Amino acid sequence: MGEELKVIVFTLAHEQYGVEVEKVKTIERIQPMTRVPKTPPFVKGVINLRGVVVPVIDLRGRFGLPESEYTNDSRIIIVSYGEMEVGLIVDSANDVVDVDSDTIVDPPEVVGGITAKYLRGVAKLIENRLLVMLNLQEVLNKAEIVQLEHIEG
Amino acid sequence: MEMNQYLAMFIEESRDHLQALNENLLLLENNPQDIAIVQNIFRSAHTLKGMSATMGFEDLASLTHEMENVLDLVRNKKLHMNASICDVLFEGLDLLENMVQDVIEGGSGKADVSKVVVALKDIISGDYKATEKSGSGSSIGDEIELDEYQYSVLEQSLESGHFVYYIKVSVRDDCVLKAARAYMVFDTLERHGEVVKSYPTVQDLEQEKFEKTFTVYYISKLDTFTIKSFIENVSEIEHAEIIMVEKESLGQLKTKPAYSLATEGAKRANAEVAVALEEGTSAVQQAAVKPAGNLNRTIRVDIERLDVLMNLFSEMLIDRVRLESLADEIKRNDLTETVEHMTRVSSDLQNIVLKLRMVPVESVFNRFPRMIRDLAKSLEKKVELIVIGAETELDRTVIDEIGDPLVHLLRNSLDHGVESVHDRIKAGKNESGSIYLRAFHSGNHVFIEIEDDGKGINRDRVLATAVKNGVISAEGANELTDDEIYQFLFAPGFSTADKVSDISGRGVGLDVVKTKITSLGGNVHVTSKPGIGTKFSVQLPLTLSIIGGMLIRLHQEKFAIPLSSIVETAILPVNEVRHIHGKTMMDFRDSLIPLIKLDELLDCKKTEQPQNEHEIVIIHKGDKLAALIVDELLGQQEIVIKNLGKYLTDLFAISGATILGDGQVALILDTNALIK
Repeated sequence: MGEELKVIVFTLAHEQYGVEVEKVKTIERIQPMTRVPKTPPFVKGVINLRGVVVPVIDLRGRFGLPESEYTNDSRIIIVSYGEMEVGLIVDSANDVVDVDSDTIVDPPEVVGGITAKYLRGVAKLIENRLLVMLNLQEVLNKAEIVQLEHIEG
Repeated sequence: MEMNQYLAMFIEESRDHLQALNENLLLLENNPQDIAIVQNIFRSAHTLKGMSATMGFEDLASLTHEMENVLDLVRNKKLHMNASICDVLFEGLDLLENMVQDVIEGGSGKADVSKVVVALKDIISGDYKATEKSGSGSSIGDEIELDEYQYSVLEQSLESGHFVYYIKVSVRDDCVLKAARAYMVFDTLERHGEVVKSYPTVQDLEQEKFEKTFTVYYISKLDTFTIKSFIENVSEIEHAEIIMVEKESLGQLKTKPAYSLATEGAKRANAEVAVALEEGTSAVQQAAVKPAGNLNRTIRVDIERLDVLMNLFSEMLIDRVRLESLADEIKRNDLTETVEHMTRVSSDLQNIVLKLRMVPVESVFNRFPRMIRDLAKSLEKKVELIVIGAETELDRTVIDEIGDPLVHLLRNSLDHGVESVHDRIKAGKNESGSIYLRAFHSGNHVFIEIEDDGKGINRDRVLATAVKNGVISAEGANELTDDEIYQFLFAPGFSTADKVSDISGRGVGLDVVKTKITSLGGNVHVTSKPGIGTKFSVQLPLTLSIIGGMLIRLHQEKFAIPLSSIVETAILPVNEVRHIHGKTMMDFRDSLIPLIKLDELLDCKKTEQPQNEHEIVIIHKGDKLAALIVDELLGQQEIVIKNLGKYLTDLFAISGATILGDGQVALILDTNALIK
């Protein structure tokens, strides 16, 4: 048995993804966001999270998946990585599971339209459910924002 | 003993004392005869020594100890202050500062102090011998101080017919086992009488912590000659100098001042007592100096707590704005009154909270005199730094950042501004240059000016360099104002210096200064007259956390513009908009200024039909003006500045965000980015 990881499970375009509990600060409902001009389209704006201004990105847009209308199930998962604190918009977030770190294997090249670079691995859960673990470092990679801006410009 | 809890206190206080040492040494260098200054220095050094010893920083303690010895001679007029002594003391001070810095950074505070210690010892021994020769020959009490108890023992011994001797024993230069010889001398003495007191202490003697001589007070019934032969019979002892102490001379000893509590090689406990005493006496002295004025009662507070307080207050401010708008909607008199009262109280509170974070610029300025002194010496220039308005207060966040830019500017003035003594005399000026460092409040800003009476900026040379670097074309150069030309000095890589010195001239520096100051929301201006001098004027905002802002609406979105950058607001009929070279402009006070369509610039979604008049906000950046078209002016408000975090950086024309009364986030426009 490897290390037990507690993982928040969320869905994005019918796939299930996971992010470690300790990286998640809170999970919020969709709320009005203030647009920030001249940022990539997936940056939806900033919100007021109890007095702290937090930027929010749409994970669908971040991974190049088609964006969809927000529903009652849509959530903003506030994650903190390094000194950054960012909200991730997902289709829904509703579960916490235990994952044995030994069962995480390297991700295939593309999962649900997302390139392996953004993924830490795939974990097998009971009932043969597959859970794709996010690589937050790459998801929140700032260098890529700059690149995207250049492409647009 | 667990020292960590005292470490913070030690660091704080050492800094204070080092600063005091620095300032007083500088004063002393200019007034070498002023014993009062020496007293101050001595007190600081002494306290520092006690603290260091208590905390176990041996190197710090031993170095301060030697410095203290020198100062002790000076204040007892046994040594005349001169430049070389001053230099050695400064050198020691630098070492002390390094060691304290090391402690701050988590180090052990160790350093090689031997060189300075030897230099200090040389000073002591050199002059000490001189005074001994010229003195009466009897050096009783010079080194040993007796406490009350020891004194009374000696007195009683004299009364009961014993003799009291002051014995100075010298061991031979080639003596190998000094401790053993000292022990043998003690052993011999103890067999025929009693040793009341020794210098160095018995413990130090056992550990060979003495140079060549040690001295004792000794009670015995034997005569001088016998004792002398006893001692000199011990091998490797060169000679013993024995002086019989009479009753009268003992009386003189007693009148020595009480500072003797902190004798050489004082034990830690002793040092602590001494520290307490010193503090006691200095407080008493202060009280004596200004008996009428009540002492400043202060407490030290952790900066982080103030930051938390500030954050909590900002939260409350947001709720206050929300309450105000609710009360407006509900329109109930008693509610409105309560909210109004709360508004008044909270704005008082805001003033106090902001004041708490204010620190006098003194804390930055006080390291400059020393810096200028050293720099002037190395450049072989003569210069006087005149500091005015050091009590001017600025927000701590600004204070923390402003030090380095000011250092750059001062170095710049000294290196490029003030001429060498030779050149100054040739130009008919006073041989010593002056640099004024001024700080003062003006409106919502603090100005810091650095003015020298040097040779001024060579306008043509700056211009020539600018043309050469391709910053501007030769034709365009003629139309520039002086101020615009001087702004080239702040361009990256710009230097007119013929040769690069250690101090400046590399062309890095002024651009860094400018960037730093602009990032603080401030500005730098230069004025200069050839042959008369140059003035750098730094404008800084009072605080960075709460500012006055104008809220505006662009379609559905709200933005805030800092009041400090707004000239005025106006209404502009559409038919007065001018189109020149494809750009929109407008008339403003006899000149044309650019008219910026803010909604297009910020990619706002258009929802409103064009109207026949525009609401505009006229903003400025320095002397340059521009007008922004907005959809609605929502009014002025105190806004709390929040940063956007580490994820969104390098944003276009956005300097931060604030939270509005309804909980929404509004972005703060960086108007400097809108004016080219």
